[in-house]
Amino acid sequence: MNGRLTLRDKLEAGMFAVTGELGPPKGCDGDVVRKKAAMLRGVVDAVNITDNQTAIVRMSSFAASVICLQEGVEPVMQTTVRDRNRIALQSDILGAAALGIKNVLCLSGDHQSFGDQPGARGVNDIDSIQLVHTVNRMCSDKKILHSEEQLVSAPDLFIGAVCNPFAEPRDFRPMRLKKKIDAGARFIQTQCIYDTGAFKEFMKKIVDMGLHQKAYILAGVMPLKSAGMADYLNAKVPGVMVPKSMIGRMRSASKERAADEGIDLCCEIINELKSIEGVSGIHIMAIEWEHRVRDIVERAKLRV
Amino acid sequence: MIVAELKPYDEIKSYLKGCGSVLVAGCGTCTSICHSGGLRETDAVASRLSLDTGMKVKSIVIERQCDDEFVAEIEYILKGVDAVLSLGCGAGVQLIAEMYQGIRVYPGLNTEFAGTSHDRGIFIERCRLCGNCMLGSTAGICPLTRCAKGLQNGPCGGSENGKCETGDARECAWCLIIERMKAQGRLDELYSFAEPVKWPGQAPGRYNRGIGVK
Repeated sequence: MNGRLTLRDKLEAGMFAVTGELGPPKGCDGDVVRKKAAMLRGVVDAVNITDNQTAIVRMSSFAASVICLQEGVEPVMQTTVRDRNRIALQSDILGAAALGIKNVLCLSGDHQSFGDQPGARGVNDIDSIQLVHTVNRMCSDKKILHSEEQLVSAPDLFIGAVCNPFAEPRDFRPMRLKKKIDAGARFIQTQCIYDTGAFKEFMKKIVDMGLHQKAYILAGVMPLKSAGMADYLNAKVPGVMVPKSMIGRMRSASKERAADEGIDLCCEIINELKSIEGVSGIHIMAIEWEHRVRDIVERAKLRV
Repeated sequence: MIVAELKPYDEIKSYLKGCGSVLVAGCGTCTSICHSGGLRETDAVASRLSLDTGMKVKSIVIERQCDDEFVAEIEYILKGVDAVLSLGCGAGVQLIAEMYQGIRVYPGLNTEFAGTSHDRGIFIERCRLCGNCMLGSTAGICPLTRCAKGLQNGPCGGSENGKCETGDARECAWCLIIERMKAQGRLDELYSFAEPVKWPGQAPGRYNRGIGVK
């Protein structure tokens, strides 16, 4: 990052930002993280490091974030409330800040029943908005939760949260986003958007509420790899709606051409999202496709 | 009420291996109502054990296993008994074990939850006994119990068609809360931030809790 602007610097300077995603491995080989980090270095402004996504045990988000830092890639450390209580969460926040992590994304996390430890007790001592509140209190008030004692040295983190604009109940989503921002979230990454028309309507509400002036909103995109993936997203992932026209294009593309068609579509979506009022950046979720992110960024003309 | 389910017979049998005489003790309160520890179930378990193992099996239904006055009433029947198989909830098992410390006490049930009774023997979990009731701000629907993630500030991104993404046709508690608050004209109450709870059960001196203890 030497001399490079951080994600926060860039957003605060009014520049359009791009974030990516890196899933830590199911194992302790740091080189897997290093290789993925190398694919994203200089391509995006910062990289989300997922926290045991889909509730499958992986290398910790914290450790993989530190490896990314060492590799010159700015991490966004994802932190879920599923696995740790408020003591562990706050302790990790202090540790992360001490090791140079600058961004934390606060999430509730995928339910443990989805992963490889369905018998795990879900912690959920605090919820995701309460985590935003807690981290904000540590940074702004320099205090631990429910304590009046001043931290000798307080972290200075860029606090993020997520939003699924089309999950039910849809009319409550803008208000839930407002709750996250009021609790201290300074940037928001959305669930992947395919229906840009519907997202435009959602953003109009957000702009009318003035939320885009209180937090930076990064619209999420996920390149389709196949028509089957689109069908899966529509059927299984709440709040994700891939329009029929896009599925049609994926279906009519030849097998060899499907990945490129998915990237073309992704770039078209990005270009539409860029022009929507209140959108400050793009969050690219290319699951196990880190090597294609450069291509997407270049073809969508998102030079960082 | 407290809702419990009978343990698998083989598990029950394995506890009682080597016993010559056992008392199967049902409970006349919650577990009678949820059909796991009432008179019928107590008789059924006692008969099966007797026929299957040949051991001497006595049975009784204690009016309330969680009340020491009622548990004191079984003293006369315990003479010569090697073990008690309780068909009460976990509180009942513990009280019998505490009052008759020389006798082994085994649970015959898995205590599941505090819930409500519905048609045809359907029981639904409603309360996690958290000691910090927030039902007043959630239209009488408990998000700690009924939201898979125990969220207190609204729904996660995983609800679809009013169902929770964890499946089993489980209703999304927050969809229900929002709907009912809307119907009562109270939706704006959900816009205020619910602070992290200081769980009463975890406070100093409050685990292993008692109320009215001198």
